[in-house]
Amino acid sequence: MKPEILAALNAAPNRPLVRAIDRTTGEERLVDPSTDQSPLGLASAAAARADTSSETDIEGRTWFLEVHNPPLQLVLIGAVHIAQSLAPMAMLAGYGVTVIDPRAPFATQARFPDCKVICGWPDEALTPGALGTRSALVALAHDPKIDDPGLAAALNSQSFYVGALGSRKSHAARLARLSEAGFGDESLARIHGPVGLAIGARSPGEIAVSILAQMTQTLRL
Amino acid sequence: MSEELQTAAAWLAEGRKVALGTVVKTWGSAPRPAGSQIAVRDDGAFTGSVSGGCIEGAIIEEALAAMKDGRTRNLEFGVSDEQAWAVGLACGGRIAIFVEPVQ
Repeated sequence: MKPEILAALNAAPNRPLVRAIDRTTGEERLVDPSTDQSPLGLASAAAARADTSSETDIEGRTWFLEVHNPPLQLVLIGAVHIAQSLAPMAMLAGYGVTVIDPRAPFATQARFPDCKVICGWPDEALTPGALGTRSALVALAHDPKIDDPGLAAALNSQSFYVGALGSRKSHAARLARLSEAGFGDESLARIHGPVGLAIGARSPGEIAVSILAQMTQTLRL
Repeated sequence: MSEELQTAAAWLAEGRKVALGTVVKTWGSAPRPAGSQIAVRDDGAFTGSVSGGCIEGAIIEEALAAMKDGRTRNLEFGVSDEQAWAVGLACGGRIAIFVEPVQ
């Protein structure tokens, strides 16, 4: 590995990078899968999406595609009871967790140990570039004033998972509001709502399990 | 981004030599997936793992040799069931490792 490639990987941009290695010649290339449209770039993008390093034949050469993905990130809108169950479960599954809620009594570090807690509005907290292909966002606040700006930020990003808590009825109302705000059907279809796999979950902990299971399913399948 | 690569960079910054071992292919139930890495310093200190312990010793030897001659190496190991058991892994399998100096 060339020291400059090592330095580039360690500079830790919040986006995936792939190091392609030809093991027979020792040649290596640093590929940016988000911009590189060559066959090697496209294969690298697929490898980064799958989060799987592997050997692939491209145009008669065998390349080992070594995936360097940013860590998984979960953003929770609403520092509510279900968030208190979902945050530690997601951390066990390898996510860094950010909790956003403008209500000071909810958004406390004491309620969310080891999380990044932001007491503020989601549209202000989620600056452009805050969410990427390794991000999931789940709206849990049950209050459109808080949830909708978070969902809008997720739909304007490449987040791999977007979820919103609420009944079918409140989800239909939410879709109508976001449609009014200019989001098309294809964008709105990205929102998992009612959120989570249908496992008959009742308690906050069980609902958190169903959400994390659906996030995992979306990420891996 | 990974702990191994950050440690490798820190060692380089201290003026040490460093080599990497990377799992590039696995067959059967190998203990660590492709992309897993180990970083080795010129005194044999290392961080990370490519097998959960069975073949790290051999990789360190090859890494030290790679730092000396500046060449990459393609290695293949079979992890026998007995060896796997000895390190607490109830699995066998075969893995290919790419060893390279950082230079």
